[in-house]
Amino acid sequence: MTYNVQIKVMPLKDLLDPQGKAVLGGLLNLGLKGVEEVRIGKHITLQIDADSEDAAKQVAEEASKKLLANPVMEFYEIEMIN
Amino acid sequence: MKFGIVVFPGSNCDRDMQDALQNELGKEVVMLWHKDKDISMFSTDDCIVLPGGFSYGDYLRCGAIARFSPMMESVIDFAKRGGKVLGVCNGFQILCESGLLPGALLPNAQQQFVCKNVYITDDAKTPLMVPVAHGEGRYYAEENVLDELEAAGQVMFRYCDEKGNIEPLSNPNGAMRNIAGIRNKENNVFGMMPHPERAISPALGNIDGIQVFKLLGLN
Repeated sequence: MTYNVQIKVMPLKDLLDPQGKAVLGGLLNLGLKGVEEVRIGKHITLQIDADSEDAAKQVAEEASKKLLANPVMEFYEIEMIN
Repeated sequence: MKFGIVVFPGSNCDRDMQDALQNELGKEVVMLWHKDKDISMFSTDDCIVLPGGFSYGDYLRCGAIARFSPMMESVIDFAKRGGKVLGVCNGFQILCESGLLPGALLPNAQQQFVCKNVYITDDAKTPLMVPVAHGEGRYYAEENVLDELEAAGQVMFRYCDEKGNIEPLSNPNGAMRNIAGIRNKENNVFGMMPHPERAISPALGNIDGIQVFKLLGLN
């Protein structure tokens, strides 16, 4: 069966995110009030053919750990969307 | 000492490195294609160079995809056997992604690509002028990792002013503790953001890069 998986990859909370900072500046220039912080990450979707949801999740976990996220600078969250 | 230079799709400093090593330093150089695996022509006294550029378009993260190329598998094995590996700029990013060096290179703190001459120094306080050209060169590692690097003398180069003073204003990218280049514990894997290969020809008016190769033991 094919499982749809969403992976959210974000810069670690303590790290400066220059992209988010630049976008925050843009939002303020737009005249929007109240936005205090912007952080930008990646949204990755995978379609995984596996025997079970657990097996698919395991593949996503390994993909995230080994390639999609770098634990030195990022954290990830996996969500199954079937 | 023989040199191999890995060419990834998107490498753009490979020819500069070849010219520097071959024509300025008089070394034998073999270009290595990322899809090949064979590095049996190198002994562990030789050095494999990962050049600057934008391997695999910098997709996902700089160096993240290059790390899984067939040639990199051989280079990682070579490094683990004690072979010398030097990564410059994108090459440094690849070495961090592959776990051969600790830490990571993050987007520059000032949110801009930086391309200019900077000064770097080893701890002997001799400033060397070498160009940098990167958007993601802010060296980062956890505090305890930085402490370990410093305690073991693994920080090879720091950004400094023209007198050799290591101070925040000379830091072009917000790198932690002004770190521009590090080596591994075993002293065979070196990574640095500045480009010594661009500062090696008298015709270009700056030969401080020669000193960088000397300090790395690769001259």
